[in-house]
Amino acid sequence: MKKLLKHRELLLVGIIAIMVAGFATRAPGFATPGNLANIFNDTSILIILALGQMTVILTKSIDLSVAANLAFTGMAVAMMDATYPGMPLALLVILAVGIGAVLGAINGTLVWWLRIPPIVVTLGTLTIYRGMAFVLSGGAWVNSHQMTPGFLNFPRLPVLGMPLLSWMAIGIVLLMWVVLTRTQFGRATYASGGNPTAAVYAGIDTGRTKFLAFTLSGALAGLAGYLWVSRYAVAYVDVAAGFELDTVAACVIGGISIAGGIGSVAGAVLGALFLGVIKNALPVIGISPFAQMAISGIVIVLAVVFNARAERRAGRIILRDRGAKEVSA
Amino acid sequence: MSDIVTETRTRSAIPDRLGTPVSRLLGSWEVLLFGVAIAIFIANSFASPYFLNAWNLSDATFNFTEKAMIAFAMAMLIIVGEIDLSVAAIIALASTAMGAAAQMGIGTPGLVAIGLAVGLVCGAINGTLVSVLKLPSIVVTIGTMSLFRGISYITLGDKAYGKYPADFAYFGQGYVVWVFSFEFVLFIALAVIFGIILHATNFGRQVYVIGNNEFAARFSGIPVERVKFKLFLLTGLMSGIAAVCLTSRLGSTRPSIAQGWELEVVTMVVLGGVSILGGAGTIAGVVIAAFVMGLVTFGLGLLNVPGIVMSIFVGLLLIITIALPIVVRRIKFMSTK
Repeated sequence: MKKLLKHRELLLVGIIAIMVAGFATRAPGFATPGNLANIFNDTSILIILALGQMTVILTKSIDLSVAANLAFTGMAVAMMDATYPGMPLALLVILAVGIGAVLGAINGTLVWWLRIPPIVVTLGTLTIYRGMAFVLSGGAWVNSHQMTPGFLNFPRLPVLGMPLLSWMAIGIVLLMWVVLTRTQFGRATYASGGNPTAAVYAGIDTGRTKFLAFTLSGALAGLAGYLWVSRYAVAYVDVAAGFELDTVAACVIGGISIAGGIGSVAGAVLGALFLGVIKNALPVIGISPFAQMAISGIVIVLAVVFNARAERRAGRIILRDRGAKEVSA
Repeated sequence: MSDIVTETRTRSAIPDRLGTPVSRLLGSWEVLLFGVAIAIFIANSFASPYFLNAWNLSDATFNFTEKAMIAFAMAMLIIVGEIDLSVAAIIALASTAMGAAAQMGIGTPGLVAIGLAVGLVCGAINGTLVSVLKLPSIVVTIGTMSLFRGISYITLGDKAYGKYPADFAYFGQGYVVWVFSFEFVLFIALAVIFGIILHATNFGRQVYVIGNNEFAARFSGIPVERVKFKLFLLTGLMSGIAAVCLTSRLGSTRPSIAQGWELEVVTMVVLGGVSILGGAGTIAGVVIAAFVMGLVTFGLGLLNVPGIVMSIFVGLLLIITIALPIVVRRIKFMSTK
């Protein structure tokens, strides 16, 4: 299994490298380190969200409310910054993470206590959170001149030649790697997604694990909300509309099994970078940006087909439980 | 779908005695929902003096007829244990195809044929991915959702198609008799047809069996994959029909047409008492749920509530209607213990 995963991530690195090389033949400046750093910076927010989404997917759930959560938190902190310009930035960032975590915890509670299927919960909260962003702002925009310079410039501060946004993404990647591979909670997410029954017998509270995964995903979405609003210097209700699909796409491309329990941090990051490279390359090679939606659609479908094959070939059934799993897979 | 849901249905929920037919009927979800619909109706007529008017009520039906047509097929799909999140994107693609054909001067019969054909093709793609390649429908249809709508975006970009033939307007704007619009009559006719398919044919029974126990269904000789494929095809077709009605009603096509409808359709189905875990639900429930949602949104519209705030209500409605029976069951379970 591990070999397969290693192989898979190497494959993705290869594909991304080939793509970059291919685009470079059409646009000479594409493969320069400066441009690649730009692409990474552009993809940072997607990477952060994909890691939250991945944690949720690992537990056999899905969080479709991340983009709406991002829009609400982004709007909330932008309005707070505009109304109280004296508020310290650190407090705003903590607030963003906190609000996001609360919204995520609401999802988690509905999934944990009421056992409502995650897809239904988050489809519902998706509209509710975005609606709340509208109620909060009354449909008005918060523009760059209303926000304080400190609030806007933070993700752009250069540190060792890269903007702080990129560094934050790198920091979150490392943090999530530690959380998922070196903590009890991390192992519990894999266990409760890979084999819920066995996880329960092993003493893992799968409901609580899901709750924590949703809260984590919400907190990261909240952080991404602040980063998004300050990076694009505008907050409005439709910010990041449909972005939840990009996060799911990044996970699926990165080899995270939608059935839960399989996937790695490196996979999610590479999946996000894959989408980031395509997004940045389309205008460069003269394809309309409108094509991006269809391309990510095709990529999602292909990735799902590919994942399903890889999982089947790996032969996860060690003892045949009356063949039920195999037939209904 | 089945991959996401981990909870198994409780066997202990089956009672020893069923009670009298009358008490069973009164306790059913459909009757409860019908009461809610009447309550909302009365509340609306008090809230706005413009509500109780035959033409006004006829206008209100346009709020839900197109979504309800898809909801019938979606109900069967959810009962069988799958889901299709690409329905709104199919509407967008079918509408775009019809728009492109209308620019080339194709007449109304041709446009309708194109709309339905696109729906069928999209349904067949979803069906193939789910039943032949055996992929989880929820991810597949999230993928095809952005694929189908993405193709509309590639075709249209930020432009729009207008210029539909004059007689094409009948499907969305015409009236059969008095205040009964073509869409409303079609909605009733489809409700009857789907009611018969689901509740009075072998195919309908097979849908329930697969939804309750796919493994047993396979051993009973039910062609599980074929049934699922047919249902995806049917859902695609209904999306095509809805696309014809909606395009005809609006008279123009943008790639963002019917955005977010998949959520409202699923909400309608679940509100109608169809179990999101599969295996249970009726068409009658979906019909009443369609009226409830139509009345709620129309009533809020009369009270000047903006669309995005209405969507908060739709989202809350979805979560509460699913949570309520679970909470009630849990309280009952605790009190019997």
